[in-house]
Amino acid sequence: MRRALTMTVVATTLTLGLAACGSDSDTGSGGSGTGTGKGGGALKVGMAYDVGGRGDQSFNDSAAKGLDKAKSELGVSAKESEANTGEAESAREQRLQSLVDSGYTTIVAIGFAYAKSVGKVAKANPDVKFAIIDDASDDSKGDNVEQITFAEQEGSYLVGAAAALKTKTNHIGFVGGVQTPLIKKFEAGYLAGAKKVKPSIKIDSTYLTQLPDVSGFADPAKGKTAADGQFQAGADIVYHAAGGSGAGVFNAAKAAGANHWAIGVDSDQALTADPSVRSLILTSMVKNVNVGVYDFIKSVKDGSFKAGKREFALKDGGVGVATTGGHIDDIKTKLDPLREQIISGSIKVPTTP
Amino acid sequence: MSRFEPRRFLLGLAAPVLALLVAVLVTSLILVITGDPVADVWSQMLKAPKPGQATDMINNAVVLYFSAIAVAIGFRMNLFNIGVDGQYRVAAFAAAAVGGQALLPGPLNIVLILLVAMATGALWAGIAAWLKVTRGVSEVISTIMLNSIATGVVAWLLAKVAAEQSAGSNDIGTKRLPDSSHLDGFVLLAGTQKKVYGLIVLAVVVGFLYWFVINRTRFGYDLRATGRSESAAVASGVNVKRMVLSSMLLSGAVAGMVGLPLLLGENYNYGTDFQAGLGFSGIAIALIGRNNAIGIALGALLWSYLDKQAVTLPIATDVDDSIVKIIQGVMVLAVVIAYEVVRRLGKRIEQQQVTRELAAQDRQPVAEGASA
Repeated sequence: MRRALTMTVVATTLTLGLAACGSDSDTGSGGSGTGTGKGGGALKVGMAYDVGGRGDQSFNDSAAKGLDKAKSELGVSAKESEANTGEAESAREQRLQSLVDSGYTTIVAIGFAYAKSVGKVAKANPDVKFAIIDDASDDSKGDNVEQITFAEQEGSYLVGAAAALKTKTNHIGFVGGVQTPLIKKFEAGYLAGAKKVKPSIKIDSTYLTQLPDVSGFADPAKGKTAADGQFQAGADIVYHAAGGSGAGVFNAAKAAGANHWAIGVDSDQALTADPSVRSLILTSMVKNVNVGVYDFIKSVKDGSFKAGKREFALKDGGVGVATTGGHIDDIKTKLDPLREQIISGSIKVPTTP
Repeated sequence: MSRFEPRRFLLGLAAPVLALLVAVLVTSLILVITGDPVADVWSQMLKAPKPGQATDMINNAVVLYFSAIAVAIGFRMNLFNIGVDGQYRVAAFAAAAVGGQALLPGPLNIVLILLVAMATGALWAGIAAWLKVTRGVSEVISTIMLNSIATGVVAWLLAKVAAEQSAGSNDIGTKRLPDSSHLDGFVLLAGTQKKVYGLIVLAVVVGFLYWFVINRTRFGYDLRATGRSESAAVASGVNVKRMVLSSMLLSGAVAGMVGLPLLLGENYNYGTDFQAGLGFSGIAIALIGRNNAIGIALGALLWSYLDKQAVTLPIATDVDDSIVKIIQGVMVLAVVIAYEVVRRLGKRIEQQQVTRELAAQDRQPVAEGASA
């Protein structure tokens, strides 16, 4: 009897463990590439989302928006699938290959985790067109791959300037989700923009987790703790580039009381965040993944697809600053010249802090 | 014991089959309730994998096999090493960091990588063992804690030793192993270029050693004895503390090998894209495989098959791949219950048989007496 009990305890622990770590899983790719060239009718688009998938109110959702637009305007059909936490490299390869095998010959991989798998699967299926978001490394390079990146530093520069213009304490903060080269681009732009406007400004930077721990993108409690600290130290505006952890940053701004603000990221979060905190969102640095996704699908559809790197910057509408709520309308005249100078190239925004 | 008993064999087989049936039944029920196409899901799940996919499946099973054997070593002694997950990640990181330095030429570097991985895994498990032996800390608690600590330690060290990354990439990782230290394996199945991990050979060796040490050596006997009844083991002169320490170290050393097939045959470095969570699957597979070297191999293949089919499932049928996790979860719970049910059933059959035999013996002397 005791034996049965201990076994049950182990089994339960295990089930919890599995649930907690989101399962391991793995698998591999079908090596035999049946890259069927073109479907006669509508373009068939295969979407491979990053962890979180459609419905994450952030990065993936922005990509999904681009796909939805392509569906309604270009009449493409689509199949969507998403990644699991901590999955094997071969699982990502298999996901892409399965999409190809099912006849989806225009593939969009969302997130840099797909870099190596896109590189391999693209090589095995030369007739299929691929796009990868947020990676421009040699891993994903190929004759049939468009590597899409965004000039996050340019949008961040503008919200940094906005924060510096709006602060009353001459003290602002930055909360990064995970310390990666990508998130450092956000920080670098933010610091540069703020210092351009107010050279004497004090800026706190905090990263929630270090690689390989990526929980910093999905842990509101960590986000709140970090932002609480910055508000208590005297900052009155905190910008987050922390995905799902941003909700905690908004709650911290709310808890800090009047005249404390947060700046959103990726989407216009004054429209997408929890309604109770929307009024505290000064502005958002919008990263229009949807533009990249839609442009790629359109280019395949009309035959203008070009492989290689493509950066969506301020001038292409790839990044921008949200004005929902009207909180930064009064400083518009000061932000617009900065925007013009970035677009014209007379301001070069750094990509590392 | 040595002679083959068909009933014993059938009873042993009954439990996993029963568990699998229960899992299929429960999953089908959930699919019906959620209004998903039951037939489509099963036809997709049972679809024969292509050679390339089958190769990946075998590769995944190799990795899981190490993990499950590591867990099983503890289980045999009633030690729950929940920390295989942390042990293999620390070990794989250390092995990758040392291996990337290419201190030794080619094959020797592979040996060094193997030794570093085993030593690091054993060391990490040794912390839990030491706490248990000297302070009586439950290994369940300490190993779970050490899993979290492993995440932090590896993250911190990785940031320190991370190699220069290629421009435009967001991954960070240790320095890539030199080409001469890669073990790419060999093509096993026709119809694919994909190779089976070279370390599948090591998996077979470890499986054999596991069976041999547990069943055919004094140490294995002591280990099983301690697992069955600690007080009886003490009475027969077994040093339980030493057994705890050595079995935990062994378990950790095997756990250290979990990441090696990936390191030497797939990733060639330890980075952010290194597979996580393998230790937890190992626990499940050890339970399904009944801590038996062959049973675990079958369990690992089954687990890997389910994992594999899960990736294609949402693409082929529009049903979320979480359903496969439900199959796996139910299977593990069902297997524990099924083994207990089958054990009791076997006991009852045995009792009835003994009663019958005794009754027959009782009758016989009477009959003889009557004839005399």
